[in-house]
Amino acid sequence: MKQWMKFLAVAILLYVHTAGLLADVPRLNILNETVRALYFHVPMWFGMIFLFGMSLYFAIKYLANPSVDNDRKSVECAHVGMAFGFLGILTGMLWANYTWGSPWHGDPKQNGSAIALLVYMAYFVLRGSVDNQEQRARLSAVYNVFAFAAMIPLIFIIPRLQDSLHPGSGGNPGFNIYDLDNRMRYIFYPAVIGWILIGVWIASLRVRRKALEEKILDLE
Amino acid sequence: MKSWLKSFLALAFSLWITEAVAQDAEMADAFRAEGKIYVVVAIVLIVLAGLITYLFMLDRKMTRLEKMLQEKKQTKTNGKSF
Repeated sequence: MKQWMKFLAVAILLYVHTAGLLADVPRLNILNETVRALYFHVPMWFGMIFLFGMSLYFAIKYLANPSVDNDRKSVECAHVGMAFGFLGILTGMLWANYTWGSPWHGDPKQNGSAIALLVYMAYFVLRGSVDNQEQRARLSAVYNVFAFAAMIPLIFIIPRLQDSLHPGSGGNPGFNIYDLDNRMRYIFYPAVIGWILIGVWIASLRVRRKALEEKILDLE
Repeated sequence: MKSWLKSFLALAFSLWITEAVAQDAEMADAFRAEGKIYVVVAIVLIVLAGLITYLFMLDRKMTRLEKMLQEKKQTKTNGKSF
């Protein structure tokens, strides 16, 4: 990752956290001030999907060209993606507790994202259960493709087929005008980019750490 | 269009608009007016800046380790050639 991208991420996030709390937001019933969660909770999911996407990319790359490097990148991206997913679920539960009355409301969006995270947890279980490095890499690369393919309908499609209380749902599947009016876009989109950059940065650190470890083991 | 229909539509439309505009949800206006929101902003920024500084330090440490390993490798191969 280039150095300037790290500074860009920092600048964007400092802006997002200032403007996200201070800027005007639409006055909506039920949501009230919590509409600002859009700047902090939703980018977690975007970050997760982006990192899982990167993980998928390296998994496919591994299947085409089996190298330790591709496998390493694939698993570390998935790892950071999981962290983002957990933060998304936790912030969502906190919000649901005050808005819907209970942390786990059984909303299709909550259930879908929880199942998607479980599917990715199984990816790590699978990795942990195979000793042979090559076999582990190949098996988990194939499973990675399946996991991503399972995540898309769980997060994007099934919640929209059912009634969901989640803001942005109900009728219009996208972000409709009440949830994302134009003022909010100027903070929301930078937030998504900023957190994706931070996620890629952390993933790159993890990849470097893993590579170092393997190099040291090689030396001995 | 019949005039009664026209006026009915106009009334319905104006009602719809006023409802949309007058939707006055309760917001943390007093909290903002008192200026206490800036305290929250400052706290959030300190936490964010701290975590990011930590990330930068971790990054630097990693670069240093990579260099160290590189040097060690070189001295090892040099030792062999002698």
